[in-house]
This record gives sequence, structure tokens and C-alpha cells, in this order.
Amino acid sequence: MKKENLPQDESALKNVTREVCYVKNNDGKYEKGLSSGWQVKADALSEAWEEIYRKAEEAAEEVTKNTKSPIYFFMIVNLMDIPTLSGYTGFWMITIKRHFKPGVFKKLSDRKLEKYASAFKISIEELKQFNGADFNQYIKN
Amino acid sequence: MEQTLINTSKIKFDHLQAAHCENGVVTSLLRYHGIEAMNEPLAFGIGSGLFYIHMPFLKVNDGPAISFRIMPGFVFRDTCKALGVGIERKKFKNKKDAENFLNKKIEQGTPVGCQVGVFHLKYFPREYRFHFNAHNIIVYGFEDGRYLISDPVMETFTSLSPEELEDVRFARGPLAPNGHIYYPVNVPAIDEDTLAKAVRKGIRKTAWWMSKVPIERIGASGFNYTAKKIRVWRDKLGERKAGLYLGQIVRMQEEIGTGGGGFRFLFAAFLEQSAEILGNDKLLKYSDEMTKSGDLLRDNAVRMAAIYKGRKTDQQHFNEVADAMADISRHEAEIFRQLHKMKV
Repeated sequence: MKKENLPQDESALKNVTREVCYVKNNDGKYEKGLSSGWQVKADALSEAWEEIYRKAEEAAEEVTKNTKSPIYFFMIVNLMDIPTLSGYTGFWMITIKRHFKPGVFKKLSDRKLEKYASAFKISIEELKQFNGADFNQYIKN
Repeated sequence: MEQTLINTSKIKFDHLQAAHCENGVVTSLLRYHGIEAMNEPLAFGIGSGLFYIHMPFLKVNDGPAISFRIMPGFVFRDTCKALGVGIERKKFKNKKDAENFLNKKIEQGTPVGCQVGVFHLKYFPREYRFHFNAHNIIVYGFEDGRYLISDPVMETFTSLSPEELEDVRFARGPLAPNGHIYYPVNVPAIDEDTLAKAVRKGIRKTAWWMSKVPIERIGASGFNYTAKKIRVWRDKLGERKAGLYLGQIVRMQEEIGTGGGGFRFLFAAFLEQSAEILGNDKLLKYSDEMTKSGDLLRDNAVRMAAIYKGRKTDQQHFNEVADAMADISRHEAEIFRQLHKMKV
């Protein structure tokens, strides 16, 4: 890539940093260039976030319909998968899957709920009371 | 958290911004210890950082797991080893032990590399904070209740509170850092011979990985493996999900940390320097070929963007992306086959 072709598009890096790319200068030698972003990858990132919103909405609906527990929703909005949540809580993956069931969730002790709450950085009350309403506040804060 | 640390006397530490975090940490730490010849492309090349793998089984953010570079930690390990630099690294079960050890090192005036997760990394833009646990930063001091940080992807120094640093050092999930801390020890003076030898080693090892591993997913042939997958994604997953998969490839290839073109420009810059260090002009030709490889990858990113933005979503467009990948596969297979044969 030539230095003059290094894109300077607007991206999520704005006001935070610019990224280093290696580019060819006019003498045909490599040097470090700074880019504010590239539309092509900004689009890839925003598509990924669209997908996260979509999944969060779906998960919130499932909580409302009482087919999934709040743990499932908070896992999604925290961009986690089951192995990651297992890492944060210390529960086995199969246990976590059980905790996705609303019936099982309601019987969980506060000691167990506390592990989830601290993984999601919310209070036990918030976790217990989440019913699918107002789910937007939990995304991207 | 108990405040046990007093302000460290100012360590004179230069911030160096790099394309990739691990390269940046290695380069900064080695330069700090007196190896002034070190720069990012050299560290990346000597540590044979260039790679390609389409991983089996593993999914990342529910998409294909592809990597354009070698495993986290390998660049630090291999660069130091090739230069005869000793390394020390430690992981911890206990957060307090991890903190105490870090404090001890910076009180001694030793800047250290730390592996961290980015999900809780406060100074990163929210959009970039996924559960990626193999980011690398340098902690070089403590002042007014905050750790002084040199993060290679940032333009300037930053800082973290003790709680914030603990959070990222003990991020959980795949590749959990467990407080991983590392730094070079016993750094010798590097003469031209040692450097030349290390450069040769880096080129040969990279060429071996890219052209000699008899597993299709690994090395130059890996691009062709991915190409074959891309051809069937639209039928198998539907347009939207197939598009998201392509978006994931673009992010692995172009996002911050890659230097552009899936690390290919970084490696081209390394070969350019190698030509001078080894006095071998033939390497300039390979540097140009690697630049071409990076350019082809970027052209392909534009094609993929047209798909995930929903402008061109026919099977034919997926095929065009796959064809370009197959071309890159052949192109790199040839480059690295020749580089390996060249016995630099």
C-alpha cells in the first residue's frame, strides 16, 4: 500500500487514537503511517454490532416470554459466550445452560446469583428483576 | 485494594506506537534494554509472526476463527531467543500475588509486559471492547494512585487505576491472562552477526510455517481452505450470516493491530530491512511480492464489504471473493516455497 492510499476515514477510534499501518513512501521504502480508520472495516465492525443488538433484542424477548432466564440475556449483552461466562463464574458450562432455564433460575441461591452479578457487574437485584423491558440501557455503555 | 505502592521514581521510558501490541511490547522492552536496532518489523519478522491458519472447531464471536499471525506470546519468545535474550514470565492464581509481583518489578525500575483482556480496558473505544484476552501492554511506573501504561496501539501514554489494571489482568474466558507478566533479562549487546543470524532464522521459520506444514488449514494453503468454505457459506448459512462471516474475516485481516493487509505489509517491511542487513538484494523482490499479497487482501476486503453491506449478495460475488483468496494462496505458496529454498 502506498502512503497516499492510506485511508483516513472516520471510525470508532475517533478522539481515542489512530492506528499504525505500514506503507510505502515516495522513495518506495516502508515507513509507519497513521490512519484514522477505513470505511471497509468500520462497516465490518458496525455490522458485528448490529448483530449484537439483534441478538440482545431476541434474548430480551425470550426473557419476557419466560423461555430464558435473565442470565442468558446478560451473557449476550456482555458479549460473552458460555465458555467465557464459565471462566468468570467458575460454573461448568452444562450448569450454566441449566441456569438459562427460568424455572431453575428462580430457585438459585443468592450465593450463586452473586457470581453471575459480579461477572456482569450488576447487582443481584438487577439480575433477578430483569424482565426483558428497557433492555437497551444494558447495551454498549 | 490496599495501597502499598508509592510513586516510582520516574523511569525514563519512551512510548512507541506500533501496529501490533505484542510486536510493540517486544520492541519497546528490547530498546529500553539497549537494543537500539530493534523496530517493529524486525521484531515481528525475527519472531516469525507472519502466519495463516483457519482453525478447526473453534468459533470466535460466532464466526470463523482465522488468524493472520502466529500464536500470542510466540513473537516475544522467539525474538528474544533468536537474539540470545533471556526471558522471565509468570502467571498467578492469586490476584494479590500478581499485584505484589508487579509492584516489586516497577519499584526496581523494570518496565514489564502484561497480557490483558480488552473487554474491561477503560481507555479503549467501547466498540472495540470484545472478550479478547491476548492484548499486551507495558506497565512502567506508578504515580498518584495510578499505574503508568504504555499501550502500543495508543498514540500516547495512558494510565489505569489498580482496580482497572487488576480487572484486565484477570479477565476470564479463552486465553485468560491469569496476571501473565513477562520481561527480558540479561540482555546482551547485539552485534551485526547476531542480528543477521536472527533475521535469517526468522525468514526460514516463517517460510517453513507458510509452505511446508502438510495441513491444508495452515500456511499459504490455508487461504485456499478458507476459499473453499466461502463458496458454500451462502447456501449453508444464508446471505446474512455468510456476510457476517466475511465481516469477521475482514476484521481479523484489517483491524487495528495488523498493520494493514493481514500483517503482510509488516512482513514486507521486514524483508526490506533484511535485504540491507544481509546484503541480499534478492529479498527486495520478495518484499515487493509480500506487498502485492497485502494489496490483494485489501482489494478482497473491499469485495467482502460489498457483500456484508448488502450491495452485492449473489453466489457469484461470494465466488469472486473465494477466487481472489485462492489466488493469494497460490501467490504466497510460491513466495514462501522460493524463500525456503533460497537458504538465506
